[in-house]
This record gives sequence, C-alpha cells and structure tokens, in this order.
Amino acid sequence: MPLKAPKIAPSARMRLLTGAEAAAHAMRQINPDVVSVYPITPQTPIIQTFAKFVADGETDTEIINVESEHSAMSAAVGAAQAGARTMTATASQGLALMIEIVYIAASMRLPIVMAVGNRALSGPINIHCDHADSMLARDSGMVQILTENAQEAYDLMVMAPRLAEHPEVMLPVLVSQDGFTITHSAEPVSLLPDEEVRRFVGDYRIPYPLLAGEVVTQGPFAMPDYYFEIKAQQVRAMRAAAQVFDELSEAYQACSGRRYQAVEGYRLDDADRALILMGSSAGTAKEVVDELRAKGEKVGLAQVRLFRPFPAAALREMLTGVGAVAVLDRALSFGGTAPLFAEVAAGLFGQTVSLSSQVYGLGGRELFPEQIAAVFHDLESTEGLEQPRFIGLRG
Amino acid sequence: MPSIKQIARNEAASSRFVSGHSLCRGCGIPVVVRTVLNSIEAPVVVINATGCLEVATTRYPHTTWQVPWLHIAFENAAAAASGVETAYKALVKRGRLPDEPIVFVVFGGDGGTYDIGLQALSGALERGHRFLYVCYDNEAYMNTGIQRSSATPFAANTTTSPAGKQSFGKLQKRKDLTAIVVAHHIPYAAQASISHWQDLSDKVVAATRLASPSFINVLSTCPLGWGLEPNQTVRFARLATETRYWPLYEVIEGHYRITEQPLDPSLPIRAWLEDQVRFKHLFQHEDAEVLARIQREVDRDWNNLKRRSEADAQWFARHSERLAKEWTGSAARPAPAMTSRTNTNP
Ligand SMILES: Cc1ncc(C[n+]2csc(CCOP(=O)(O)OP(=O)(O)O)c2C)c(N)n1
Ligand code: SF4
Ligand SMILES: [Mg+2]
Repeated sequence: MPLKAPKIAPSARMRLLTGAEAAAHAMRQINPDVVSVYPITPQTPIIQTFAKFVADGETDTEIINVESEHSAMSAAVGAAQAGARTMTATASQGLALMIEIVYIAASMRLPIVMAVGNRALSGPINIHCDHADSMLARDSGMVQILTENAQEAYDLMVMAPRLAEHPEVMLPVLVSQDGFTITHSAEPVSLLPDEEVRRFVGDYRIPYPLLAGEVVTQGPFAMPDYYFEIKAQQVRAMRAAAQVFDELSEAYQACSGRRYQAVEGYRLDDADRALILMGSSAGTAKEVVDELRAKGEKVGLAQVRLFRPFPAAALREMLTGVGAVAVLDRALSFGGTAPLFAEVAAGLFGQTVSLSSQVYGLGGRELFPEQIAAVFHDLESTEGLEQPRFIGLRG
Repeated sequence: MPSIKQIARNEAASSRFVSGHSLCRGCGIPVVVRTVLNSIEAPVVVINATGCLEVATTRYPHTTWQVPWLHIAFENAAAAASGVETAYKALVKRGRLPDEPIVFVVFGGDGGTYDIGLQALSGALERGHRFLYVCYDNEAYMNTGIQRSSATPFAANTTTSPAGKQSFGKLQKRKDLTAIVVAHHIPYAAQASISHWQDLSDKVVAATRLASPSFINVLSTCPLGWGLEPNQTVRFARLATETRYWPLYEVIEGHYRITEQPLDPSLPIRAWLEDQVRFKHLFQHEDAEVLARIQREVDRDWNNLKRRSEADAQWFARHSERLAKEWTGSAARPAPAMTSRTNTNP
C-alpha cells in the first residue's frame, strides 16, 4: 500500500526536523532553568541539539551533565525542589535506571518534564523502538503522553510544562516519541514563534521553599498513618490532569491551530471494526483505514495519546456501536495482559464488544500496512483467536 | 574559627536541629549534625541520604530540622545536591533569587556514601558543585539493623558478616573513602571525629569557605551497632583516634596534614577493640593472628599518613600565607545575619 505524506498545513515556520530536534526546539523555546541529562540512544540527539542551543547562547539554561540517569532524575528532583523549572530526557535503560526516583518525583508533586525516545528494554540489549520503557513507568505517577510524529512531539513538549505545573496537577510529565521512527526521521515541522511559546508556557511560579529561607522538610518519612493519604492525593492529581489536558488542548489550538485529544478517533463514526494503538504506528494505521474505507469497509481507529491518566470514558464513548476491537500493544506483560489491552478491557468492561489483543513491533520490528489490514480482516471473526497474537513473529 | 562558646551561642540563638528525634540514646549522629551546622554562620540547606539520621528525624508530620531540608533516596544525596546547587545558580543568574550565599550541606551515612552513593558522590565531585558533603561514618548499615558496609572494619561482627564457628566476622579491610575523594582533586577533604569537636568545627569552616565541593568523613559512634553503653560514645570515638585507627587529618589541594597527634603513639588497637561487642569474638579465645593483623595494618596506614604529612609540611609552610589570605578573603564575605533562620514549630 502506498503511503501518503503527513497531513500538516504548510506554514512559514515549517522546518525540516527530526523528532529529536523538534523536542530540542521546544526545550529551547521553553528555556527551562535546569536540564539534567545523560546520553542514551535514541534520545541522545535531543540533548545534543539542546546542548548546542545553549553553547550558541540561544538559551541560558543550566545543563547538568550527570554521571548516570539515576543522578539525572535525582538532580532534576533537587532542582525542582529548589524552585527551578526542570527538564530531563532519556530512553529505555536510562528510564529503567531512573524509575526509583520517578516515583519519588511524582509523590513530591514535582512538575518535571521528561522527553523520551521510546526504546526496547534489555535483554537482549536493543536500541530500537518499542514501548516497554514507557510501560515500565506506567504506575510511577507520571503523566504519560505518546506522540505520533515529530510535529506532535514538538507540540506536546510545548504543552507539557503547563500541564505539569497546573496547580491541580503538579506531576511530572513524560512526552515520548518512538525511537528512530520519530527521533531520527526528518519531517516538516511547524514551530511556533519563540515569544508565542514563552507566552503559552508562562513564567514559572511554583512556590518551592527550599531556597527561600523557609524552614521546610521535603521528602520526610511517612508511616502507615499518612502514606495512604499521600497516595490518594496523587490519584486526585492524576484525575485532574485529564481535565487540564483537555483545557490546554483548546488553549493550544487557539495559538497553533492544532488540537490534540487524549484519545483521537479516526473514521469511527459508523465503524464496525476498530484498532486501538499508540505512537508512530497510528500514522501507518490511518493510511490503512483510508485504503479499506475506500473499498467500502467500515473500519476506524482510536489513537491513545494520553496513556496516563488513561482516557477510558472518552474511549468508551468513541467505541459505542463498534462490534470488534483489536488493541495493538508495543509492549508485553509476561504472564499477564499487554498493558494497553488491559486498560482498554477495563475501560470497556460491560460493553458488548469483542476484544482482541495483538502485540507488534517489539525491539523495532517493522509493522507493515498489510499486517494492519490483516488485523482488520481477522476482526471479522475473533472466535478462537489465540490471545495475544504476535504480529510479524517468525516460527 | 568558632569556639565552643560560639557554637553553643548559635545553638541557643536558633537551633537548627532540635530535640524530639528518635535517634538512639548516645547516638553520635546528633553531635555531627549540631557541630557542623552550628559552625556555619550563613544560611544552610541540608540534603540528607536515607539512613538513621533521615528516618529518625522526619517522621511525617514531625521534623527535627529547623532549616530547609531535602531527602530523596538512599544513593543520590550528592546528585540531589547537584540539582539544588545548580538551581541556585540558575535562579540567581535569572534574578529570581538574591545573590546571597547559601551553604549546601549533605549528610550521608557510610552506606549511603562509601557504597550505594559512591557513584553519585564521585560524579558530583568531578563536576565541581559547591557543597559540603559530610559522611557520618558509623561503620555499618545501622538503620536496617547493623549490616556490613565497605566502611565496616576488618573482623567486625555484623548481621551480614557474622562471627561464627568458621568466621571471625568481616573478612575484608575497610575502604579508604577519604583517599578516593582526594583523587577527585577537590581542594578540601578531611577526616574528623565526634570526639574532637573543635577540630571538626574548624574543618567545617575551612571546607565551607570554598566555592567548590568539599568533603569531611566523620567517625560517629553507634552504641547499638558497636555494642557499647550510650555513655561510652565519645570515649570510643576518641579511642579510635588515640589508637591511630581513625587519624584526624585534612587534605588541602592534595596535601596532607595531621590535625591531631595521638597522645600516646604506642597505644595498641586493642584498647579500642576490646570493649566493643562487635569485636568480642576476637577476645573470647584470643584470636592472636587476627589481632596482630589488625595492629599491623593500623601501624602501616598510620606510618604512611605520617610520612605523607611530613613530606607535605614544607608545602604547607610555603603556602600558609596564601591559604590564610584566600581563606580569610572568602570568610570576609558579608555573612548573612542569623535572623534569616526561622524558628517555627515542627
Ligand atoms: C535503594 C535502596 N536500597 C536499600 C535501602 C534500605 N536501606 C535504607 S537505610 C540503609 C542503610 C543505611 O546505612 P548508612 O548509610 O550507613 O546509614 P545509617 O543507617 O548507618 O545511619 C539501607 C540498606 C534503601 N532505602 N534504598
Ligand atoms: S542505630 Fe546507631 S546510628 Fe542509628 S540511631 Fe541508633 S545509635 Fe544512632
Ligand atoms: Mg552507617
């Protein structure tokens, strides 16, 4: 099946950028106070591009080139606690190494923004894309956004600080893009003017008292008498993030013309079969939907952008009337249910819809349009299908 | 240099670390914390690694700390301090914070410093963040119930290096962390002890005058883990120095200087070991071989240190004027008044 060029309205500010460069431009325009980072493929071009912006004086962010991702996240927490707008970036093993501190950042309610170039987790060691790294952070308390292309990677990075810093939210936000497929592929990207981004993001006004001469104890030890309540506050913050994301999308549309939903339906209106997936493959899948629609097949898809908080209600509404749904996961949960499938199944509980779990693309394995078309055809009868099915697996 | 009167006055005027914590009776840690914090006139921000100090002082919603204080995890105090210090630089540069000195003080135990936090410490020292890192070295993971660390002395009995029918306790010699720190070429590193408060206080003043990382390794008796009565805390810290097991010295720009000479240089290590329960097994059947080995290593390490500091004496003679000037120069910075230290209830 032939692929069409991405549908982005051309503008004067259109630049040919990789996803990594696009994310770095967003960081340059946001101009955070502190960025603490450690290199790892395929994230490295983000921090290299950003380091060059700093070296050229285009932003005066303080970069900390730490000695590990564990320290990158730890320094980010220290900086955020000290009142700095703080960002970091990582992938795969780096995110795995950070995880301990990611949970702590979320519990401390620190609005740190993290750019991720999704990459499979070892072992075996592999540098290519899947979503295992993001899924490892699934229960950490971070807001998680998975983007489809370089434009989205840029736009959602610009939106991220406001989401993270919203007083009802105050949580770290992870904005990921598929490793190599997006991080290293050049596409036309429309950048907002620098002043527009600064205006959109606004000044940093988080009242962290560590450097303000106040007596304050940050990160104390909580026993069974308080721990549970602190977790419940995180639950409420995560709930608020869903609402804030929608409000911000509207605000962002007003200045960019582009609108991002937590979950986006594509040609679902009269669909009898649908796919649900995240990341760059959504682009390919939309092409397949168009091809099949042209042949009169009633197919559509739902692209999940906001994985945490998971937009279950919107998804349920969107899929009303759809008879069969295949959930395409780019990650596994050994001995359990693939993560996106688990969310969808919980979200659609009680609906009369047949669900199929399909896993694709692990360790960077390609997903071809024909394979997506085959998934739609399988959905005509999901009886007796082995779950999960593995797309493109040999043997 | 603050005298004991000045330290006591600071403590009385506005205590930075108040009572009500749950550290054990006789624990050496509060001596470390109070002596360090009361020797610093400027406002401080404390970053603390997980361990006895953190756990026993911050049970939510209570706190012992009357200064801004941050804890994140066990192995990352130096990385956390890197972030705080960099944020300070960024915010001053961008005009969001006044350009007034704040001293960043990190407290970590031996486990959090010699072992799990060594990488973060090394990274932060190499990057040159401005903070004073104080390791309170009680020679084991005490908070989790006396497990061996790489600071635990050879032959000590801990719950993970137990003495038994086939074992005399920890089989390995302790790591020389101060030497590792010195290898980072930071301008100030020192070893101190809770028994020598003036020496510790002087070292804190020297260390915090510099716009660079500095490090002090403080021996801190743990009556529980060492097996001592709580009233023996200071005595056993002192004996560690008197028997030359824990010499007090400083390393300035790579040059060594012993700051306290033992009163009786022939006092055997036995005098320190004998009454500690963690070494009791060595005396039950008089393990002469192990005891001789401990003495040999103490003598060798002490002689090495002595030789080094004698060789560096000339360097100190040559540079004393410059050091005095540089250090007085930085000390002459207007020290912020102590009134910026709020005293709210925990
Ligand atoms: C990553 C991690 N591993 C293990 C622990 C458990 N733990 C907490 S404190 C501690 C020992 C601390 O030892 P030390 O640094 O010497 O401080 P002390 O307890 O002696 O004050 C351990 C093992 C932890 N909190 N985090
Ligand atoms: S266990 Fe040791 S170090 Fe910990 S509080 Fe008790 S005496 Fe102090
Ligand atoms: Mg210890």
